[in-house]
Amino acid sequence: MNQPLMVTAAQRAGTQVTVAVGVVILALLIALPLLSLLPESNSLQVSAYTLTLVGKILCYAIVALALDLVWGYAGLLSLGHGLFFALGGYAMGMYLMREASGDGLPAFMTFLSWTELPWYWVGTQHFLWAMCLVVLAPGLLALVFGFFAFRSRIKGVYFSIMTQALTFAGMLLFFRNETGFGGNNGFTNFRSILGFSITSQGTRAVLFLLTVALLAGSLFVGWRLARSKFGRVLTAVRDAENRLMFCGYDPRGFKLFVWVLSAVLCGLAGALYVPQVGIINPSEMSPTNSIEAAVWVALGGRGTLIGPLLGAGLVNGMKSWFTVAFPEYWLFFLGALFIVVTLYLPKGVIGLIKKRGEQ
Amino acid sequence: MKSTPTPAFDPVLDPNSDAGTSRDAIGLGQVAGKGLNTLHGTILTLEDISVSFDGFKALNDLNLYIRVGELRCIIGPNGAGKTTLMDVITGKTRPSHGKAWFGETLDLTKMSEVQIAQAGIGRKFQKPTVFEALSVFENLELAQKTDKSVWASLRAKLNGEQRDRIDEVLETIRLSASMSRLAGLLSHGQKQFLEIGMLLVQDPQLLLLDEPVAGMTDAETEFTAELFKSLAGKHSLMVVEHDMGFVGSIADHVTVLHQGSVLAEGSLEDVQADERVIEVYLGR
Ligand SMILES: Nc1ncnc2c1ncn2[C@@H]1O[C@H](COP(=O)(O)OP(=O)(O)OP(=O)(O)O)[C@@H](O)[C@H]1O
Ligand SMILES: [Mg+2]
Repeated sequence: MNQPLMVTAAQRAGTQVTVAVGVVILALLIALPLLSLLPESNSLQVSAYTLTLVGKILCYAIVALALDLVWGYAGLLSLGHGLFFALGGYAMGMYLMREASGDGLPAFMTFLSWTELPWYWVGTQHFLWAMCLVVLAPGLLALVFGFFAFRSRIKGVYFSIMTQALTFAGMLLFFRNETGFGGNNGFTNFRSILGFSITSQGTRAVLFLLTVALLAGSLFVGWRLARSKFGRVLTAVRDAENRLMFCGYDPRGFKLFVWVLSAVLCGLAGALYVPQVGIINPSEMSPTNSIEAAVWVALGGRGTLIGPLLGAGLVNGMKSWFTVAFPEYWLFFLGALFIVVTLYLPKGVIGLIKKRGEQ
Repeated sequence: MKSTPTPAFDPVLDPNSDAGTSRDAIGLGQVAGKGLNTLHGTILTLEDISVSFDGFKALNDLNLYIRVGELRCIIGPNGAGKTTLMDVITGKTRPSHGKAWFGETLDLTKMSEVQIAQAGIGRKFQKPTVFEALSVFENLELAQKTDKSVWASLRAKLNGEQRDRIDEVLETIRLSASMSRLAGLLSHGQKQFLEIGMLLVQDPQLLLLDEPVAGMTDAETEFTAELFKSLAGKHSLMVVEHDMGFVGSIADHVTVLHQGSVLAEGSLEDVQADERVIEVYLGR
């Protein structure tokens, strides 16, 4: 979690293994979209279903990493990260809806017999402005929420409950047709992105590669942060915030920075998720989604960079298998998993692997 | 507890907010001058300080002056208000009334904990508190006097001078061998020393030490006494301690606190001879 100054030989060997595994996984992730471009007759061809599934899980992995930055490092358990993810997704969705409807209004607005676009839709036909919104919507919300929460020194369970309430409120707001985001159906039936058909193999492959790039970028940012003095200050915020203040640090600025960064990463992940999955609706903001993200992080091992990725991969991999094999048992299984991890794996799967490695 | 309202605008987003220089610029304007000014030789002035917790007066019209370079010991029975006094000075607790000045110009009752720390008051807690998940070295690195804003921390890199200073302090607190161990794994006494070391690298003008030798062996206590005596002069120290042997070995000036106010002040012999003090300590 922290970088001790003297790295022992064993740790160095561990790092080498991690790097090797990382390179292999990265190579596989880059190969996957390329293989999807092969003709269907080829036995190595990767189906669109598989590519979408893995792409979706990668987006979740970015959310897990972002959540871990605030939870694992700074000790702020957010149960509302789904909101930031969904906001990024909706911002991208606005562009895709405009792209699909051409000069007219998006279909759901015509259905409501609206005659003009609400003001917040202005400019969303431009890809660049939509990309700004992807960053600004979650970023500004996190900034305002964080500013007041940290100024009032809201911590621990209270903070978690407030974030949960925030995403719940967001969901209720987006459920309303009057809000102008398609009500409970959300956005779907996308056609193209920057003129490229959204369902074509090439577009899918590019979106997938962008997701891999975002994940790698987030990992790099997280790694730099964790190794910097900033990262150590965050650890200190988590463990002894008062002591830190008497050392002359203002914890609020540190928390706000990592909080907003985390929200923006989630927003970007959401923006890549929507065109790949082809739909965004308010259920993405449901409290259970955000709680599930916390389970990924806890299972993988919080306070590490690899742990959350592993957790997101494992849980979602199991989920897609379960929902095919025994759909009705998935939630029970998830609950049981959470209990087992809390009781027996306080440091997550990563902790278990590290322990094995030391023996 | 009645507290002074916090200013409507907190300089939370100002990475360069350091006490005394930027406060006027951002419109708080309660501080008369800039920086620490000890023109008249007094580093800490407390006048008529009262603190009440739900009607219970933990501090009651307390008056206390500490001169620049002084090593002052505060003694008093349990619950006398010694820790509360430190809380007031460091901004953790706001007095319901009274004046608290750091030097001539800094009004402690109007400053936040962070501003007070940045202005040059360092504190060691009664219960040793270190950053347990960080190594001993990293604990000192965080405490070290430097720009402590978010931006500076993002790009901070120790220079040779800072590294040498940390090594020197590690030597002083005898933790050189454990510098890469996690602070959480240290013994109680080692944590005490680490916290003292954190104060040393923080290099404050005024050091507040709450029961620094609790849990230390006799040899360690003696060593700490020497350390504090060597600090006095350059720094001002306020030490709370129950260990009378330790107090006798370091202090020339002792303040006895009882039920939230000063009962007696003077040399250790004088206060120990004071009848009211004897009564308080024996009648407990
Ligand atoms: N936050 C608080 N709420 C209520 N009462 C408090 C609070 N903090 C301190 N007190 C009370 O104020 C009184 C003074 O406490 P303080 O901790 O300052 O004593 P002390 O002199 O440091 O004692 P000790 O020698 O045991 O450390 C005690 O009676 C304590 O119970
Ligand atoms: Mg005390």
